[in-house]
Amino acid sequence: MVAALEVENLTKVYGNGFEALKGINLKVEQGDFFALLGPNGAGKSTALGILCGLVQKSSGSARIMGYDVNSDVFNARRALGVVPQEFNFNQFEKVQDIVMTQAGYFGLSQAKAAVNTERLLKALDLWEKRDSISRMLSGGMKRRLMIARALVHEPKVLILDEPTAGVDIELRRSMWTFMQQLNKEGLTIILTTHYLEEAEQLCRNIAVINKGEIIISTSKRALLSQLTTETFVFDVKSALPEKLEIDNFEVKVVSEDSLEVTVEKGQSINLIFTRLTEKGIDVRSMRTKSNRLEELFVGLVQEKK
Amino acid sequence: MTALQVQWVAFKTIVVKEIRRFMRIWQQTLLPPAITMTLYFIIFGNLIGSRIGDMDGVDYMTFIVPGLIMMSVITNAYGNVASSFFSNKFQRSIEELMVAPVYPITILLGYVIGGVVRGVMVGLIVTLLSMYFTDLNVHHLGVIVAVVFMSAILFSLGGFVNAVFATKFDDISIIPTFIITPLTYLGGVFYSISLLPDFWQGVSQLNPILYMVNTFRYGVLGISDINIYLAFGMITFFIFLLGGYSLWLLHRGTGMRS
Repeated sequence: MVAALEVENLTKVYGNGFEALKGINLKVEQGDFFALLGPNGAGKSTALGILCGLVQKSSGSARIMGYDVNSDVFNARRALGVVPQEFNFNQFEKVQDIVMTQAGYFGLSQAKAAVNTERLLKALDLWEKRDSISRMLSGGMKRRLMIARALVHEPKVLILDEPTAGVDIELRRSMWTFMQQLNKEGLTIILTTHYLEEAEQLCRNIAVINKGEIIISTSKRALLSQLTTETFVFDVKSALPEKLEIDNFEVKVVSEDSLEVTVEKGQSINLIFTRLTEKGIDVRSMRTKSNRLEELFVGLVQEKK
Repeated sequence: MTALQVQWVAFKTIVVKEIRRFMRIWQQTLLPPAITMTLYFIIFGNLIGSRIGDMDGVDYMTFIVPGLIMMSVITNAYGNVASSFFSNKFQRSIEELMVAPVYPITILLGYVIGGVVRGVMVGLIVTLLSMYFTDLNVHHLGVIVAVVFMSAILFSLGGFVNAVFATKFDDISIIPTFIITPLTYLGGVFYSISLLPDFWQGVSQLNPILYMVNTFRYGVLGISDINIYLAFGMITFFIFLLGGYSLWLLHRGTGMRS
């Protein structure tokens, strides 16, 4: 089966000499939910820009569903839907017109465009706003509008560049459910995000890019298995001493009612509870300090520095 | 669906979007030329014109009407494409087209036809208004239709090139203010170039707008300061020149792709 996305030795050097991509290679299989992660300025948006025709590559190749993005522009673009990071629709047009117009650009008939537009606007809770001028929408609604617009021509591959940036938690979770449903229906999704929790929750495969190079590209499971330590935060009922030691664990008292414990791979968390109980410390709640992917990501990016 | 069918639907979509845009803001696009031209008819045609007398054998009002209609067509065709395309660039909504399977020729034709429709629509409004002030003849309908459409196409292409290079809103008003308006005023709208000394007649013949205004005037009144075949030849040449250049810019993604 042809790969949904295949990138080979892709480079981009901007006019000012800045090397944004230094020969990256990527492969995303059909049906995947793939995350491309990296710090600001790593080259994520440049790479995605080349795929959708907004940035001209310097060398290398990129294929979407087997269609070269430069030599078979027509088929490559028909296979692709794009949700960019910045709002890029006409702020003076109505919501429904924006989606219908995009359908027209992809050659959909009026009837088909109308059906798809209604279905998507309803699915994304925008149907009631269909006659509103787009600039009057909230930030979250604008994001959903761009998702509807990207899906109206029924692409095989969807690129989501920071789709939930600035979106409240409730809405973000409903968008996750929507994206998971799309993926379940067979849509290949390529996601960039700064919320690593989002990538951990949604994606099966992950690539990390930094300074124009792919540092790692593997499955989420394989990536997480590299995690050697995890830090947990314990909130306790009684006041803690300034210094606290627990055998075999690295402990840091953060405040009088909170401490952090670093657990190495293979160590039992039960043991921490036992030790704390022995010391007369009652645990009220426990949580991970950061999500697992975040710890790995920081480690990977810092290694590269 | 074949590539050709997709291009046809995309072309219609761009044209409809363009028409919807200028109709939505008709107070900025259709009303001002109607008011301005009415003032021209009253002040230059009625008040001053009555003291000027005849020009090239017709009364002054009748003489200036074709030029003013042509001026409306030219400036509105240009302004529509320049402001619409630049506004799309500015808001980044041009990316909607850049990520779609739309060929550069389709994009260009869509915007140009949008400009032509506005130019012709404003031309018709001004024509209807002018009929209140003077009786308009039709000397040669084919010439009228051809020169209006060709001039609108040419200036729509000009507006497109302007928008491609523009980086701020000022950039799309510089050319209309400092080039098109002076060339139009000096292009025989208000006078026959036969009134000028030989030297200035020669200079005037370098002004492309003179050819369009006079060809249109020939279609209406049957009088012209220039050879209309030469005029059609020049307009055609410039349409191909600017059209080719615009397509090249679109292929390169100038001002649109990084």
